[in-house]
Amino acid sequence: MSRRFRLWLVAVGGAGLAALFTAAALDLPAFGGDHHPYGDRAVHASLSRHTANVIASVNFDQRAFDTLGEMTILFAAVIGCGALLRQTRDEHRATPEPQEVARPVRRYALLVLPVALLTGLYVIAHGQLSPGGGFQGGVVAATSLHLLYLGADYRALERVRPVALYETGDAVATSAYVVTGLAALIGGSAFLANTLLPYGTFNTLSSGGTVPLLNAAVGMEVACAVVVLLARFLDQAVEIEEGNGT
Amino acid sequence: MGVLPYLVAGWVFLTGCYGLATSRNLIHAVGCLSVCQAGTYVLLLAVGYRHDATAPVFSDLKPGSRPVVDPLVQALTLTDVVVGATVTALLLALVVQISKRHGTVDPDELSELRG
Repeated sequence: MSRRFRLWLVAVGGAGLAALFTAAALDLPAFGGDHHPYGDRAVHASLSRHTANVIASVNFDQRAFDTLGEMTILFAAVIGCGALLRQTRDEHRATPEPQEVARPVRRYALLVLPVALLTGLYVIAHGQLSPGGGFQGGVVAATSLHLLYLGADYRALERVRPVALYETGDAVATSAYVVTGLAALIGGSAFLANTLLPYGTFNTLSSGGTVPLLNAAVGMEVACAVVVLLARFLDQAVEIEEGNGT
Repeated sequence: MGVLPYLVAGWVFLTGCYGLATSRNLIHAVGCLSVCQAGTYVLLLAVGYRHDATAPVFSDLKPGSRPVVDPLVQALTLTDVVVGATVTALLLALVVQISKRHGTVDPDELSELRG
């Protein structure tokens, strides 16, 4: 297909989509309207189960089964990247040389690393109370470790990041989510139903029943998954080189 | 004015589609796919918006004192972001492999079959 023909095809298809989309948008309820039946019910359900952050309640209580699917997608992506980015027979592993790092960069990275890690853990721990949660906090915690790569060098990062341990952590966290769901089943309720634990006092760390547990499992899974994913890509960029084993 | 946010979502999506179709570099194409997905975030959040409302988090807000935006679509957006990140990671891993096997990341040069 020539580029000209392709552009023409995109123009026709895009114009058709734009026309249909505009027609559909004109028929949608007006922007900013007051009619949100599902949202109002979600808020009501969340408050009745003493979860201050309604989004956490939707993710880890009302739609906990969907979040299991989401976690599995992430888990599968980690396995897929591991399979795609493994070292092949015609490649060899070179030891990365330590590089000079500018002093202000080193100082700033080492100063911010503990703060960023603590922020990540805080965001995970307060997922059921304040904006944030396992997904967001996990990413913050995982990226904070990589400040060591910017501030020191790759070998320092490898010392604090044994990839095998994080791969195990990823699997354990995913299993923990499933086990929490099965516990509800054994307790005489539905899979992942939030009926097992007392709902606690509103707006405290232990409120929300199983929401904090599932939130912590997701936080651990996301942190481990991001570390393993970045490790695969960094290996390709820094360590693995083409060549015949020279 | 009432439909403008929805139209912005469609415009962002179509911009990403245009980039995907005319891309000369697979990494650029993966970026364009993320732009397409950003359009869906805008659409979801626009559907859930409510005038004069605040975030659906009640840690420092008395329940019932103020209207809140729709938490359901916000949770869906979160799912969308996570899935988007995993798709981007997998596609970038595929691009790394393509670049190793074929020595190019231009989709137009990847037409021939190779064993």
